[in-house]
Amino acid sequence: MRRAEIIFVFLGTSLGACSSEDPCEGVSGTCVALTEGASAEEVQTAMIEIAPGGTLAFGEGTFSFEVDLSLDVDGVTIRGAGQDKTTLSFARQTTGAQGILVTGDAFTIQDIGIEDSPGDALKILGGDGVTIQRVRVEWTAGPKETNGAYGLYPVQCKNVLIEDSIVEGASDAGIYVGQSERIVVRNNVARNNVAGIEIENSSQADVTGNTATANTGGVLVFNLPGLQVENGHGTRVYANEIFENNTPNFAPVGNIVGSVPTGTGIALLAAHGVEIFDNQIRDHLSINIGIISYAPIGVPNDPSYDMYSTAIHIHDNRLSGTSDTPTGRLGALLISALSELMPNGPFIVPDLVWDGAIDAARAGSAADRICIHDNGDADYINLEWPLTGAPKATRDLAPHACSHAALPAVQL
Amino acid sequence: MRRPGGGGGHGGGGTAVRLAAAAAAVAAAATVAALGACGGGDEPDCAVTGDGPGLDPDGAFCERLSSYRLFEDIAAQRPAPGVIPYDVATPLFSDFAQKDRFLWVPPGAAMTWSDTDAFALPPGSVMVKTFSYPRDRRDPAQGRRLLETRLLVRGTDAWRGVSYVYDAGDATDAHRAVAGTQLDAAWIHDDGAERTNRYVVPNQNQCKGCHAEHDDVLDVLGPKARHLNRPGPAGSGAPDQLQALIDRGALTGAPPRERWPRGVIAADPTSGTVEQRARAWLDINCGACHNPRGGMARTSGLYLDITQTDPAQLGICKAPVATGRGSGGRRYAIVPGQPDASILLFRLESTEADVKMPEVGRNLVDDQGVALIRQWIAELPGTCP
Repeated sequence: MRRAEIIFVFLGTSLGACSSEDPCEGVSGTCVALTEGASAEEVQTAMIEIAPGGTLAFGEGTFSFEVDLSLDVDGVTIRGAGQDKTTLSFARQTTGAQGILVTGDAFTIQDIGIEDSPGDALKILGGDGVTIQRVRVEWTAGPKETNGAYGLYPVQCKNVLIEDSIVEGASDAGIYVGQSERIVVRNNVARNNVAGIEIENSSQADVTGNTATANTGGVLVFNLPGLQVENGHGTRVYANEIFENNTPNFAPVGNIVGSVPTGTGIALLAAHGVEIFDNQIRDHLSINIGIISYAPIGVPNDPSYDMYSTAIHIHDNRLSGTSDTPTGRLGALLISALSELMPNGPFIVPDLVWDGAIDAARAGSAADRICIHDNGDADYINLEWPLTGAPKATRDLAPHACSHAALPAVQL
Repeated sequence: MRRPGGGGGHGGGGTAVRLAAAAAAVAAAATVAALGACGGGDEPDCAVTGDGPGLDPDGAFCERLSSYRLFEDIAAQRPAPGVIPYDVATPLFSDFAQKDRFLWVPPGAAMTWSDTDAFALPPGSVMVKTFSYPRDRRDPAQGRRLLETRLLVRGTDAWRGVSYVYDAGDATDAHRAVAGTQLDAAWIHDDGAERTNRYVVPNQNQCKGCHAEHDDVLDVLGPKARHLNRPGPAGSGAPDQLQALIDRGALTGAPPRERWPRGVIAADPTSGTVEQRARAWLDINCGACHNPRGGMARTSGLYLDITQTDPAQLGICKAPVATGRGSGGRRYAIVPGQPDASILLFRLESTEADVKMPEVGRNLVDDQGVALIRQWIAELPGTCP
């Protein structure tokens, strides 16, 4: 019975002017209010003792933690007074691989900021029902290799909604959804991360209405080998603003996003069933849209893994602005292929780049085709992996004059 | 995905509970509340019937360790009759803290044997582990500082975890720490130098950081045949630990002795090959999370439990997935023959929050364990692409 039950009384008139003196105001059901100055121990105790379905309401101000926080109760809502008014700061954290770890189902977090965690900011593991709204995740010193890896990080989750949030400074991906299914990522801002938004080994995802800028790569749809959930399929990337993602890659070496060339709009890696439409994608140093297999990355060592990008449909996008100085390993391949096609130069990297790797056993499969149409005057190159020179790289889009049926909207 | 148990008795659903801004006021109020509930007598909320050790398997946790009557003398860690001291082949490294382990099985009930998994314990069982630092590791006679005693309690349907923390300078009782805490500790190390640690007492959720091997369900790790098949701790009078458990009726279903598995003692070079000892060390220190059956690190694709045989899943030439700065600029978890090119070793040698592994329960580097893993990787044949 060490639980303190104290009614907090505001003193003085200046605080009286504050409009949100009771963080629990307007909350129905169980609500635990946490006001500025609450210790990590008090906050963690509340996160353990909260009743299922209850709300943890943080007041205005900054809450600072030396330890990580964890929540394992179902149906809990964490809310603040606004993404710029309530901040959970992990700048002084010395223990814990993430700021907040959630392992409960039906989790909601709203109107709060999370800053400067040494590791991931908010990780949600194995939850069915994740709702993230109006959350700010930020590494306040800007893009740095020493920043935490992921901002908003649901993994092995189902029914994930991330909206109206902003993530800045992640040394891997700002918004990263891994090994999950039924996902909506909409109307968020991702900037100054290595990857703005990444959907990895996941199925049935809608990525829409987002702004991804000043990252190394704007939006990534990846499948990686060797994981419990792999060969994700069914991602729609539509109606996003993806521009000027030219921040030099600051991922620590060894990470897969470290191979994303600086200046990438959208990158697909061993992706399946992806529809990209209605986006504005512009002004990238390396590539506006790249489609690659795992072949240029390495040997997957995983017989159940499909290493090729298949069933891709890219249409009705507005693409513009690439450069003659693509970066990274893919950039080097591009330069070599373009030099061969145009020995006298000059060349500008085409908007759409495919490595050309296909599974010989499935060659000619209509279902697997990469279909590209109605993208204005966007140009294209097929690098014809494995780049032996036979056949030569080609800029002919005609083989991609096809269409796949529209993917259905994701229902959470 | 379940709510950790215990902590009952404060109900109040629908009532807003407000935590004051002034930490001092909270601390004072908490002290008053604790004294009000527990001072001068038995705790009303935790039912311990009879005179001996025990508890209500599904009831609220007691606020004080002494209420369970598990010890005759807490300060000396002398267990009550029927509470059995035990030891394991290879322990989890816990920042050089020493561990006293005990188990309690209700009278008339027994654990059930398993060849590979943890023994099944009957409701009401308690696993007890006390963490301490000796004042001088070279001379146990100088005494020790008790840090915390953790309990895993077998309820009717599930295990629950709780920790009791000792106030500095008072080893006679310990109080429940729901949210964990940090304790500054110092001791004289093996080499005679003073060492310090900001020892982390885990919060109730963090029990699962190690004790949720499978399907996100809290479970015990120690009472497995391969871990217990060794002599009991000094003074236990059990030169053959498993046989002693069987003899006292605390363990049933054991096969003939020749089928008992025996775990390798990682710290003992005579106990097995370098590979066997390294795998035993990885199993205990990493395998509870890094396994495909629902461990907390199942999303990594790196599986280090003792049953793993696929080289790629064991980390050999395996590229990282969500490692961030933990990669240390290295390309693979394990590069055969090259410990200093292996991410695994980089993370074992780190003390930074977002790099170190294990990510909970360790601030310091396990020099002996690291040396063993280093030798194992150095001796592995092959190369990576």
